[in-house]
Amino acid sequence: MGDTQKLKRIIATDCGSTTTKSILIEYVDGEYRQTVRGEAPTTVEKPLNDVTKGVINAVTELEELARLKYNDKSIKFIKDDTIWISDKEDEGVDAYVSTSSAGGGLQMMVTGVVARMTGESAERAALGAGAIVMDLIASNDKRANYEKIERIRQLRPDMILMAGGVDGGTTKHVVELAELVSAADPKPRLGSSYKLPVIYAGNTSAQDIIKETLADKTDLIITENLRPVLERENLGPARDKIHDLFMEHVMAQAPGYNKLMSWTKGPVNGKLKNIPIMPTPAAVGNIMQTIAKINNIEVLGVDIGGATTDVFSVFTEDRVFNRTVSANLGMSYSISNVLATSGLENILRWVPFEIDESELLNMIKNKMIRPTTIPQQLKELILEQAIAKEALKYAFIQHKEFAAGLKGGQKKREIADAFSQSTSGASIVDMMSLDLLVGSGGVLSHAPRRNQSVMMMIDSFLPEGITQLAVDSIFMMPQLGVLAEISEKAATEVFEKDCLIYLGSCVAPVGSIKPSKIALSARLELPNGEIFEEDIPFGEVRLIPCGIDEKAKAHLKPGKGLDLGEGKNQEISCDLHGGVVGIVLDTRGRQPFVLPNESSVRVPLLKKWMKEFKVYPEVN
Amino acid sequence: MAQAYSPGLTVTKSTVLRKDRILPLKGKVLVKKGDKVKADDVVAETLLPGKVVPFNLANKLNVTPNLVNQYIKVKAGDKIKKGQVMAVTKGFFGLFKTAVKAPLDGEIENISTITGQMLLREPRIPIQVKAFIDGVVVEVIPEEGVVIENKSAYIQGIFGLSGERSGEIKLLVSTPDEIIDTKKIDESCKDKIIICGALINYAAIKQAQNMGVSGIITGGIDDQDLKKLLGYNIGVAITGHEDIGLTIVVTEGFGKIKMAHNTFELLKSFEGHKASIHGITQIRAGVMRPEIIIPIDFKENELKAEAPKMSSLEIGTTIRVIRQPNFGIIGKVTGLPEKLTKVESETLVRILEAELENGKKVTIPRANVEVIET
Repeated sequence: MGDTQKLKRIIATDCGSTTTKSILIEYVDGEYRQTVRGEAPTTVEKPLNDVTKGVINAVTELEELARLKYNDKSIKFIKDDTIWISDKEDEGVDAYVSTSSAGGGLQMMVTGVVARMTGESAERAALGAGAIVMDLIASNDKRANYEKIERIRQLRPDMILMAGGVDGGTTKHVVELAELVSAADPKPRLGSSYKLPVIYAGNTSAQDIIKETLADKTDLIITENLRPVLERENLGPARDKIHDLFMEHVMAQAPGYNKLMSWTKGPVNGKLKNIPIMPTPAAVGNIMQTIAKINNIEVLGVDIGGATTDVFSVFTEDRVFNRTVSANLGMSYSISNVLATSGLENILRWVPFEIDESELLNMIKNKMIRPTTIPQQLKELILEQAIAKEALKYAFIQHKEFAAGLKGGQKKREIADAFSQSTSGASIVDMMSLDLLVGSGGVLSHAPRRNQSVMMMIDSFLPEGITQLAVDSIFMMPQLGVLAEISEKAATEVFEKDCLIYLGSCVAPVGSIKPSKIALSARLELPNGEIFEEDIPFGEVRLIPCGIDEKAKAHLKPGKGLDLGEGKNQEISCDLHGGVVGIVLDTRGRQPFVLPNESSVRVPLLKKWMKEFKVYPEVN
Repeated sequence: MAQAYSPGLTVTKSTVLRKDRILPLKGKVLVKKGDKVKADDVVAETLLPGKVVPFNLANKLNVTPNLVNQYIKVKAGDKIKKGQVMAVTKGFFGLFKTAVKAPLDGEIENISTITGQMLLREPRIPIQVKAFIDGVVVEVIPEEGVVIENKSAYIQGIFGLSGERSGEIKLLVSTPDEIIDTKKIDESCKDKIIICGALINYAAIKQAQNMGVSGIITGGIDDQDLKKLLGYNIGVAITGHEDIGLTIVVTEGFGKIKMAHNTFELLKSFEGHKASIHGITQIRAGVMRPEIIIPIDFKENELKAEAPKMSSLEIGTTIRVIRQPNFGIIGKVTGLPEKLTKVESETLVRILEAELENGKKVTIPRANVEVIET
């Protein structure tokens, strides 16, 4: 790492699918600080169709805000339509680094010999990796070959998963499918800088012929058969390959990516060198692992974007790291898919007012087709945050299954199961043992009130026992993840001082009892000498102010049959960390957490909780 | 002043367009470089072999396979018509003859005297690629297709359904904020591209399907009508393959939204002209939006593509609001304060000040407007 050289000013950008974020990091008074931030819509649409335009816009905003901040009109970061990297003290910047997830979600085609058998297995592997399956092409799907070829071309998939045949079985059909893919000569939608990834997970006997047919035209990856025998599915290897390829090759790519690659430069060992663009989830994953390592704790993190939601976890004593990218759960491009995944009722259950269904549906679709807009009205903000809760919930469900899948192995499917879907394995994700929950991404980092981030994270992840909550202050974890590549010192200092904001702690007894019963008897000695003491009935929320870097001495007694982490009915004495929001005592129940179906019961409850959480101006 | 880019859709009276027209399989290109083509002209085609149908002739004749040759009237390679006699037995003294007729149009692939089976092949299936736009062939890709250029009035839609179609433009509303009356869609709309105003509802779309309308251009569409029409909810916006018998291009968005003035006036000025449209939409990096292309007269030396322009926000720029409140309303920028401002949702954003066409003075997040080129 180039920590020996002095870097005075660094620009870091993160090109998301919707927004390009820029930050300025400066060496001030002997330490690195993040001083100014800017943003602009990502430019992956015609006529510009060039991600570097969005970068220039975001850095222009940075430049303008820096001029305002320092009242110095001579500040200049852009020269000759590119970022001005200079080794002179008073001009340009010393380094420019970037992460990217501008490629957006993952849309795949899958092929299989028999649509209802290997075809469906392939579809499950793709869905398990967070992809949208645009079409399933099977030997027996009744379409003419030319129609299949035309379809592959028209849909421009990001990736193709080919399955078919049990090991040692006939190779004829699967080779025919490979010939179709070859004839279609599919090109990746984001230009010619890489070949279209094709994963072959079919009959092992056909591997050589598949190589002959596809190796030249595509980026062919061969993995284990996802259905080696009729009764057994082996989705893990194919699913993992899809996931890795997506993150490494597809996600970061966007129109103009090659140009951007030539811009990212910084001094390494005294010489100006290219700093590779890092995929956003890889950068955020680095940061999450660092947090877990430094503090020796279990961490769960989430980064919710416009097209994708990435979940990261470090669990168990061995600090096992898992990362999932839910490629089609997000708040702009993928917002309509959140609706399709969760259903309207599940979104509406978080909304504390009556709304015309068609108005909400149109609003969601309008956000999908105009992804860069932001909610100006309070009502729309509440609706977007309701949708975010569902997106986070489903991304977390997927993560839990994935984290289990990595440990588990193969799943045996009986013939009777061959036509049905099911999931498998126990997850290593344990919300009771979790120490810290970290949120990042536009909807969490830029929520107008930090209280809203607390509410969204608690409602979607349902932390159990005692959990500390934090948020990425202004959504800069991706940039810091890549900054560490050229200066660990700068990345660490900025991370500690400017990035992670502790929101507070959540105390939530696990179990369910009748609403009238006491769910938590809490006594908190607050740093200012005040005592909070209450027997809180089941179904309530309390928010107790306790500042950042402060702790409250707590004695907590769960209600009968409930568990705070030490076993049922066991009392706990501990320190609770404060934060910019405070300490949340949540007795709404876990395993299960239930929201009443009847809106006449649910809406008053939501309003009561929202008021206690101090989330929205009207319900204060 | 920030170079804040607000993505806007293209609406222009004249632009140079370039379209690739490529076959799904290798075949024959039917035009040459420099040829002038019309939208419906076939520019390339390929013939796919028809399906092979086995036919047990010996069985039908009630003879052993080795005798088939004695009765057959056709040979391998012959074209056949459905009902045509392919073989006849001699019968008894010329009576009780058995005639075997062809079950389909096509050709004889093979006749086996070992199995007594005939292999019949259905007619070849022509796969054709049409020009889609009136224009000039500027490039021929041998065996694959062509590139066509023209000069057109051009409108980008925001969202669409179904593939390429062409037809004559027919205006069915008098103002851009009108909701189309189902009764106005009658036989006279057959094969036409109808221009609706702020919304088309499910009943009107059904009526258009029944009347053989080629395409619908509308300001808005309701999400629930869309679901009813397709039978499913669209999760990620990747469309263009819908088999609904007509093409829909939505210019503004979901719900009732007045069609943008420029779009409406442009379409109005080309009433009666032929247009090519498609609803193909892919909203992800490398976005594809629906297009409305109305070819105009040009000289070949005018076919020079212009470099893409970057719209910028300045005082006086015409904008359209693309999110509630005031969704769809046009206005003029009156101020561009640099400092972050708190809006109703308490979000701190860069805003602009604008005077809307209805006279209202408002502040709007810059992200919630698009620039309209004038």
